[in-house]
Amino acid sequence: MTWLSVIVAGILTYITRMTMITLVDRRVLGAKLRQVLGYVPSAVFPAIIFPAIFFNDYGNLIELTDPKIYGALFAIVVGYLSRNIIATIFSGLISYWLIIFLI
Amino acid sequence: MLSKSEIFKKGFLAVAPHMLSVIPFGIICGAIGVEMGFNPYLVYAMSIIIFGGASQIVFLQLISAGASSFIAVASVGIINSRHLLYGAVLSEYLEKLTLLKKLIISYFIVDQGFAESNKYFKKNKDQKNIHYHLLGTGITLWICWQISTILGIILGSFIPDELGLKFAVPLTFIAILVSELRKVDHVIVILVSGISSLLFFEAPLKSYIIISPIIALFAASLVLRFKK
Repeated sequence: MTWLSVIVAGILTYITRMTMITLVDRRVLGAKLRQVLGYVPSAVFPAIIFPAIFFNDYGNLIELTDPKIYGALFAIVVGYLSRNIIATIFSGLISYWLIIFLI
Repeated sequence: MLSKSEIFKKGFLAVAPHMLSVIPFGIICGAIGVEMGFNPYLVYAMSIIIFGGASQIVFLQLISAGASSFIAVASVGIINSRHLLYGAVLSEYLEKLTLLKKLIISYFIVDQGFAESNKYFKKNKDQKNIHYHLLGTGITLWICWQISTILGIILGSFIPDELGLKFAVPLTFIAILVSELRKVDHVIVILVSGISSLLFFEAPLKSYIIISPIIALFAASLVLRFKK
């Protein structure tokens, strides 16, 4: 079942890639829609980020003292200042580990 | 006049710096899939069949959290809908290719490759064979992605659970969005999506992953209206 959904997801993804390139008239995608599509990453990824931070494995809201909150905040600050993807990920992970293992 | 292989090489060189972020991302993607208990062959096959980092992680996360396949597939579709935009922009430069070539080159369109090749296309509109640049960026990233997911799958079986590697998932997505944090309109969309995802988290079938982006895109269209 999971294999089948991976294949369907793959076909769907390929369609998003080839549609506009093979389509005869690319203007079907209006200026307005193009602008909105530019916001897709900002609209999708927070829906993964927020629950992954604010809920625990059992789907309950975490407490304000949870190390995940501080790891994420630290990563955001480092990311904002450095604009570096790797620095962002690793600063978050390392601060999270420091809190878990040292405190 | 540059030869095809020279243009291809330019594409390779243009995306080379991006390997620094693609490789750790691929390793995380492979490692997390194995940690979540998926068949390693499935985790790897996704890198060929879907070939879209963020959507692969989301798919695995949703399925492991008990979401239905429909929701998981639909969210892959939403996440990857941004390729429509890339295609619309690139199509202008690829118009003269045969259908077969267009179909092949489409498979290799990814974020970083699009960004770099689009820059090159803008500057070299009138040159011949510029599509080799897109092949250069795309194939380079493809190989990088394949190797790094395999590496992640191998490493994933050694990484102890206590490290809480799952936390790398939100961090990776934070890292993708950091470049947008300086734009107020994007920050609004980010907050709307994030808060909606918390409010609708209990919605049936993990549908928050579809509901929140739709609300956020609606907010984006309102923001666009105010920007004018």
